[in-house]
Amino acid sequence: MKGFIRSLQVALWFMFLTFPIMVIKVDIVEKTVQWRWMNLVYVGIGSFVLSFVWRFLMEKKNKGIKAREESRDEKLSFIQKILTEPRYNRPLFLGLLLFVLVFPWMFSTYQTNIMISALLYVVLGLGLNIVVGLAGLLDLGYVAFYAVGAYAYALLNYHFHLGFWTVLPIGGLLAAIFGILLGIPVLRLRGDYLAIVTLGFGEIIRLVLENWDEFSFGPSGISNIPRPGFFGLHLTVEQATIYIYYLVVIMSLITIFVVNRLQNSRLGRAWLALREDEIACEAMGIDRMKTKLAAFALGATWAGFAGVIFAAKTTFINPASFTFMESAIILSIVVLGGMGSIPGVILAAFLMILLPEYLRAFSQYRMLLFGASMVLVMVFRPQGLIPNVRRKYLYGQKQGVR
Amino acid sequence: MLPILEVKDLCMDFGGLRALDHINLEVFSDQIVALIGPNGAGKTTFFNCVTGIYEPTHGDILVLSRDDGQRKRINGLKPNKITELGLARTFQNIRLFPNMTVLENVMIGRHTRTRSWIFGALFRDKKTVQEEQETVEVSYNILKKLQLEKYVNEIASNLPYGAQRRLEIARALAAEPSLLLLDEPAAGMNPKETKQLEELILQIKEQERVSILLIEHDMKLVMNISEMVYVVEYGRLLAKGSPREIKEDERVIKAYLGEDHDA
Repeated sequence: MKGFIRSLQVALWFMFLTFPIMVIKVDIVEKTVQWRWMNLVYVGIGSFVLSFVWRFLMEKKNKGIKAREESRDEKLSFIQKILTEPRYNRPLFLGLLLFVLVFPWMFSTYQTNIMISALLYVVLGLGLNIVVGLAGLLDLGYVAFYAVGAYAYALLNYHFHLGFWTVLPIGGLLAAIFGILLGIPVLRLRGDYLAIVTLGFGEIIRLVLENWDEFSFGPSGISNIPRPGFFGLHLTVEQATIYIYYLVVIMSLITIFVVNRLQNSRLGRAWLALREDEIACEAMGIDRMKTKLAAFALGATWAGFAGVIFAAKTTFINPASFTFMESAIILSIVVLGGMGSIPGVILAAFLMILLPEYLRAFSQYRMLLFGASMVLVMVFRPQGLIPNVRRKYLYGQKQGVR
Repeated sequence: MLPILEVKDLCMDFGGLRALDHINLEVFSDQIVALIGPNGAGKTTFFNCVTGIYEPTHGDILVLSRDDGQRKRINGLKPNKITELGLARTFQNIRLFPNMTVLENVMIGRHTRTRSWIFGALFRDKKTVQEEQETVEVSYNILKKLQLEKYVNEIASNLPYGAQRRLEIARALAAEPSLLLLDEPAAGMNPKETKQLEELILQIKEQERVSILLIEHDMKLVMNISEMVYVVEYGRLLAKGSPREIKEDERVIKAYLGEDHDA
């Protein structure tokens, strides 16, 4: 009964709040006012039902927390169990890999293109995961390094006719250098301050690209960037798309491999420790500056690579591709997936990129759905979709290190 | 013989407030030295100066380097450099890495004793693999010594309070220090746990050949284990001597119990 009254209150409150936008419609041409009373009823019923659902979910969540506290030992979720048990994860990974490999032959070029951008975001997400997820440095200007990579290819190609394969390592390296250059002054700051400064840096890079016409050709961007070459063969657009697709697949696999290795190393542990407690970290002999710079540079490198591939894929870039929105999306991928969790970031990248593509019918409500889903994840799964599982070490025997 | 840690005329000002006023202190090898004093006397500030969290305004802190036996002035060095020289500390309010496992916490302590960097992480060459294996083994053995081995793969923040305190000591020991600085290791422990801690500290000193400098409020613990006691009050050194001397020192009794104590 108490719940019923609560829901009634919620319904009334929402009806009141949405009244001006949902009910009244002023037609300025005809100079009439439409009163859409039915909308008020819909809002009322909708919020009444949803508040019941919400209360049910909250109760379930609290019960879950209590149960976990009582049992004390960690219970792995269903997904985590599948991912950590070799018996289950081997066939799963093989199946996924097979699907990824045959994908471009089964679906259209349009689908392959969507898949390419999703995979690019996997690379970007994993790169930012090093900085935000592992080292705990909130970087809101990550897209700047992406832009560095993309413009590196576009400009080096325009001026010096350098090919894709030459520029790919250069783009990564340049982004890393930018990461270090930005990092040296900025990494003395912590938390919110760091976030603000990196946000500013991201905007500065974009504004420079937009306004320095002689250097970057301004808002009109650079077009006719060549696609990656394939031993000098001429490829049609379809073939080139498939080629880039495989390239991005390989790139993602390399990223997964590298991030995984980094995470389980002395350096990776130092990053985690830095995220947990900076003072204790320094007292244990970890050089804060060096470790943070390594995280920044390594994170930026992947953005650089992804940028080069992005430029080659779209054959046209302009500053509009590197707005704060991109940084926000990449950051959401990391947070949504679970800080420091590789499978989480991959899953989140696919969700964040593929869902909006396939839900074009609802494109009006895209941002609404986006916001709502973020709120839901933060309330019900604050550790992310697939939280990171701490690695268990075997000891005493020779297989001490896996 | 040179002391492992020698502090000469150390002053620390915070704005107009002098938190430490010409403190002198020495710790020799295989010695347990205690630093006591009322709350707010400047004990933790002293620790923070020695471990590099604060840069002292005046005076010298000289440390005998663990590796080459040279004396080094460490004023203003970064904390990580000081740890490399052989000083490792614990914190008054526990500062573990809460979301990492117990073993990983100790492995972090090995940081100054290992070398691998980006290259090693990516390519896992023979040296890195060996180093990692050694890190795991050494860390596990330290946990065993401190009776923490049953928690190895637990998340650190899930440990009971006493175990967390021990884990902090384990983490500091992993750095193979020549001087271990313990900031109120018995805070919040019951008498039984304190007794165990006492044995543990003595055992560590014997087995690891490490000197210990500790801040502590539990007088029984201090008097039982330390060879030398320094008393500070209002940032000044009030007295120094063996536990017996300190117990009978008029000024110390006054500082702890107040002026009017006679009946």
